Amino acid sequence: MSLSATDVAKVGVLARLALSPTEVEAMARQLSSIVGFVSQLEELDTTRIEPLAHPLDTRNVFRDDVPQTCLTTNQALQSAPRHDGECFLVPAVLGETGAA
Amino acid sequence: MPADASPFTTVIGLEVHVQLLTRTKLFCGCPTTFGAPANTQVCPVCLGLPGSLPVMNRRAFDLALRAALALDCTIAPFTKWDRKNYFYPDLPKGYQISQYDLPFSSDGSLEVVDPKGAFPPRRVGIIRVHLEEDAGKSMHDEAAGTADSRIDLNRAGTPLVEIVSQPDLRSPQEARAWLNELKLLLVYLGVSDCNMQEGSLRVDANVNLHVPRGDGSTAKTPIVEIKNMNSFRSVERALAYEAARQWEEWQRTGIEMGKAPKQTRGWDDAAGITRGQRHKEESSDYRYFPDPDLVPVTVAAEELAAIRAAMGEPPTRLRAALAEKWGIPAADAAVIVNQGRDVVAYYETVAGLVGEGKPAANWLQQDVLRTLNETGGTITDFPVGPAALADLIGRVGRGEFDTARGREIFAGLLTLGRAALPADVAAAVAALGITAVSDDELTDLVRGLLTANPKIVADVKGGKEQAAAGLIGQARKQNPNVNPGKVREVALTLIRAM
Repeated sequence: MSLSATDVAKVGVLARLALSPTEVEAMARQLSSIVGFVSQLEELDTTRIEPLAHPLDTRNVFRDDVPQTCLTTNQALQSAPRHDGECFLVPAVLGETGAA
Repeated sequence: MPADASPFTTVIGLEVHVQLLTRTKLFCGCPTTFGAPANTQVCPVCLGLPGSLPVMNRRAFDLALRAALALDCTIAPFTKWDRKNYFYPDLPKGYQISQYDLPFSSDGSLEVVDPKGAFPPRRVGIIRVHLEEDAGKSMHDEAAGTADSRIDLNRAGTPLVEIVSQPDLRSPQEARAWLNELKLLLVYLGVSDCNMQEGSLRVDANVNLHVPRGDGSTAKTPIVEIKNMNSFRSVERALAYEAARQWEEWQRTGIEMGKAPKQTRGWDDAAGITRGQRHKEESSDYRYFPDPDLVPVTVAAEELAAIRAAMGEPPTRLRAALAEKWGIPAADAAVIVNQGRDVVAYYETVAGLVGEGKPAANWLQQDVLRTLNETGGTITDFPVGPAALADLIGRVGRGEFDTARGREIFAGLLTLGRAALPADVAAAVAALGITAVSDDELTDLVRGLLTANPKIVADVKGGKEQAAAGLIGQARKQNPNVNPGKVREVALTLIRAM
């Protein structure tokens, strides 16, 4: 199993990584080797194996709907590269917002 | 344009995000109170700080189950959460916790019936309902011309259910009516307040056209997803605009579905048009994978039974129950139930005091709801309480006042109530200077009129009872407080005795 430079460039864009052509080539080699290693699984017959949703056997972990203490705004913002005391500041975002 | 005259069928599916009525977020204990100062309802979990771990809110999951059951969905016995990866400044973790291949519910439906029959009853399939977290809010002040956007993460991690319908809707009007029905259901069952202004309900719409070709096959235009609609009215307008736009484009280009990528367009409410946005990422670009921080959830049959038992009555059943209990037409029951629980309670109080359903339904619709429509406000702070209205309806029913007088008294009750004065019928009658006319007074008055109008007397005797109507105007001139029905009744009795 090998990944093309195009595959790697696309993954790079999705991960917001600016990869140079040299890096793309190196990544293509390394990623191919990782995927190749994992693809050994294809040699096994997994038709009767349930897909693993989670490695733990634990199920149904919930908490009650009870408010807890939040951080202060200062605490929340303190590690931000830029803020105005109320909000995080980021380069201009135009267009839609909210959950997709 | 009537459906049979249209050269195409509009095919609409909706995606609705609804905020659940919880006190806290989906995966942490931060409150979800609307309108709090920016970044005051945040913690390491919803800020996506390293080392923090999400724990599922029990109440959110139960409300999500309630929504799915109300929509007749099949509940999956096993469900899990996945990471939907994308970068956006309002998504601090770099992924949204959502559900991909094993949503907790699927295959439901919700029917919408127009009380006036504007379109045929439409049962709309629900593909799936899943539980996910909301993103934060990014604000950009274009007018100020600043280079920065400001991010408030109070909303990040708020529990949402995403409800995805089948493309079963066939007109913008139907889509709006169906959304109203969905909202009504979710509000009735306490799943959400569905307040669009506060972002508790958001709608995206998928729309395309099916155009029959001469040979019996059907051409389909490329699907467009419309976003940024901030009211159900906007949804209706955006869909109507988009259908017309696609028809025009289809005639010009003939491009079919599959020949162009799915497009996302934003609705501009002020301009009344949709505008193209970025091409939608393919779902594989989100690189979903199971979230290792959350364990799967299994749902037992007993749990479902308990949630069903605690669910309360959905609007469809309430409409039928109300019509049956008070003997009112289905259309009346629909209007009352569609106004929400508080109006139903008000109606039932009035009907109970009056002891009869139909007059209460008439007054509620023609007077109370019309006033609310004109002046705004809610039934809970309506100036005329149910007791006063019931008293008035009772008196009109017993013939103390005719309907026109009753309306004047209703207006009087409104005036008193708005001035925060005791709004009872006696006070309104006094304020309007209306005095009840005693039976003796009325009889004397009518007797005088009969003497003055021998022709009317003769006509009535000759079998023309309707001639008695000629006395009513004269009677009111002499005493505006007389009841026209009673004038007629007394006149006929007196003439028969002559």
